[in-house]
Amino acid sequence: MTLRRLMSGNEALARGAFEAGVTVGAGYPGTPSTEILENLVKYKPDVYCEWSPNEKVAFEVAAGAALSGARSIVTMKHVGLNVAADPLMTLSYISVEGGFVACVADDPGMHSSQNEQDTRNYARFAKVPIFEPSDSQEARDFLKLAILVSEEFKTPVILRTTTRVSHSRSLVELGERILSEKKIGLVKDPPRFVPIPVWGRPMRQRVEDRLIRLQALSESSTANRTEWRERDLGIITSSIAYQYAREVWPQASVLKLGMAYPFPDALIREFAAGVSNLLIVEELDDFLEQHVRALGLACRGRDVVPGIMELSVDRLLAAKARMEGRPVPEEQPAMFSDRLPPRPPVLCPGCPHRGIFYALGKEDVVVTGDIGCYSLGAFSPLDRMDSILCMGAGISMAHGLEKAGEPRKVVGIVGDSTFFHSGITGLLDIAYNKGHSTIIVLDNRTTAMTGHQDHPGTGRTLMGEATLAVKIEDIGRACGIERVCVINPYDLDASRKVIFDEIAAKEPSLIVSRAPCPLREKKRVGPMRKILADECKGCELCLGLGCPAIEGGEGGPRINEMLCAGCGLCQQVCPAGAIIGGGRA
Amino acid sequence: MSEVGNVAEQIAETKETKSIVIVGVGGQGILLASEILAQTAMLEGYDVKTNEVHGMAQRGGSVMAMVRYGGEVHSPLVARNEAHILGALEKIEALRYADYLRQDGLAAVSSQVIMPVTVSSGAARYPEDATELLHQAFPRLVYIDAAKIASDLGDIRAANIVLLGAISQGLDLSLESWEKAIALCVKEKFLETNRRAFAAGRNYS
Repeated sequence: MTLRRLMSGNEALARGAFEAGVTVGAGYPGTPSTEILENLVKYKPDVYCEWSPNEKVAFEVAAGAALSGARSIVTMKHVGLNVAADPLMTLSYISVEGGFVACVADDPGMHSSQNEQDTRNYARFAKVPIFEPSDSQEARDFLKLAILVSEEFKTPVILRTTTRVSHSRSLVELGERILSEKKIGLVKDPPRFVPIPVWGRPMRQRVEDRLIRLQALSESSTANRTEWRERDLGIITSSIAYQYAREVWPQASVLKLGMAYPFPDALIREFAAGVSNLLIVEELDDFLEQHVRALGLACRGRDVVPGIMELSVDRLLAAKARMEGRPVPEEQPAMFSDRLPPRPPVLCPGCPHRGIFYALGKEDVVVTGDIGCYSLGAFSPLDRMDSILCMGAGISMAHGLEKAGEPRKVVGIVGDSTFFHSGITGLLDIAYNKGHSTIIVLDNRTTAMTGHQDHPGTGRTLMGEATLAVKIEDIGRACGIERVCVINPYDLDASRKVIFDEIAAKEPSLIVSRAPCPLREKKRVGPMRKILADECKGCELCLGLGCPAIEGGEGGPRINEMLCAGCGLCQQVCPAGAIIGGGRA
Repeated sequence: MSEVGNVAEQIAETKETKSIVIVGVGGQGILLASEILAQTAMLEGYDVKTNEVHGMAQRGGSVMAMVRYGGEVHSPLVARNEAHILGALEKIEALRYADYLRQDGLAAVSSQVIMPVTVSSGAARYPEDATELLHQAFPRLVYIDAAKIASDLGDIRAANIVLLGAISQGLDLSLESWEKAIALCVKEKFLETNRRAFAAGRNYS
């Protein structure tokens, strides 16, 4: 009997990469893609894996490996591909020798992202094929197929998952690892690998020729399959939308496109001719539908199936009602929605970021923020972040606001991993162009939000080896920032003083707020705190910290012993001296 | 409820997919509970799909895991009014996701209360009548103090497995498969406590 295992889509992609003979994997953490590389590294030493500082670097690392003939993958979330778009567009030209697959995870519904993007657009943009698995078995199968297609056509390939494909588990049949027979070593061929115009123009033509050959492949690829059932309704669909469509229209015929680009035109025409009514069911953009319409085929799609936020069986049931002209059941508010307090994600008890946001609360400044756990500092009661754009923008936008003449002082906030990802160039810009913003790096010694991955500052690699730990303050000085200091975010008065001094300074400054993430350290910061009810004046200043361990209510605030991490901020905030450090340390 | 009997035959006959939703607060062990449930169904020969929440929502937010098993399962997500069982490790989280449960479905709810920050900061109120609301919302309710039971067994962190035991009361999966799945998913040194925690929940009435 073949071995079947329950795997998440991301585990299955890692398994597929291992079986496909991949020897190099690189990436930058980002929900919902992070676990691909975390699972692939379990196959070390057969596979070399690394967290690169950002997606562009990771993409180039994997591309370099592919030029040498090695099979490689690069992993990232959808917005990561924006960062790596530059190498993607031209790797399509210079081509690859070993199989190269960019695994990109979209996040319809924005569960953990700042926007919704449909990565399929990048496939057409870069003129490369894209595969879209709809469950874990296909994730494993398509990764292997994508490596072979990449190698045969010498093209980079995109494999797109979504949150629901990456983080759903289903059964996967495993196979053996098959290694490439290529000898590793770049074969010198400048007209192939150097896209200066004289060689780049022929490459441009080769990309177009390759696309025609890839289209022929998509007509016969096993990834694209027609399931004939009743002929009244035919559905063209891909990715997780296929699974929902099968539940809602179990009797309909389906053309399931696992290889979504280039489009298999003949297959689409044949399918459309075989059914009375054609429906396109796709998540996010009307990527398929626009093409089907361009082929001159009549179909339903975006007029009944929503194009924003993720699809679901419920939403497709509504689409079905719309199609059949039946009244659409209104989306009912959840049963007790008006009576239940919301439970948004929050900074953990003991989180070192809390002190900085609280300290900033006293200053009349604009705070440009960034992507990470500290994004949660935007929520009440801390409410100390005025903007978020993308990785690194916390630094560069502070500079832009200042140059525009923003009347208040501007403070930029980024995390340590974000600083290494895209913050350094922004800091360089501030020094070079004579800005005087105050930049705070919240250095909790890890990439926390995505589940505690290492980065260039942690002193450890994804392979588990000790390495140099790059110091953020050293980089700041090297960028030309002279006012550089390190603070302890658990010392509220000292932090406040430093931040106030640096904001007042007429030069740019870099403040590194350093304290490790207690969640990663798995230990309390200090002794548990207690509120002496007799001493408490009921001012509730401690509640302004937004700490999950401090519970308000009649009879005054109290500290939940199960949750308190002992950071002591509440003790420093209390004007009555009613909070003491006691109990077990 | 159907007898355990010959499952392969049963799958071929009914093909009905069973859907389970488990909810709570980030850090309560909901993902482990759903993984054990999925493994159990797999050991019994079913097709299985699960879904869970990662990333930002895990930071003390409201968390949900879904498991579906049957002859052939397509969607990994449970639709509204579809779940046969709703398991909850926190009272108001059970209420928050009440409309996932079908009318004749079984709710297994732990009496734990975890204050959201919106309540402790004074922006919202925790409903005082949460327990009555549970009884109103769920005609078939197993109301269990999973934290206390786990604590009495020596490890409060096993509350998720106590709840899983209560959930198992409503599913046609054999005790043998449950125990095998627990052994597959739980570290050796916690195994005995978790076995007892499961049994306590399964036998609770």
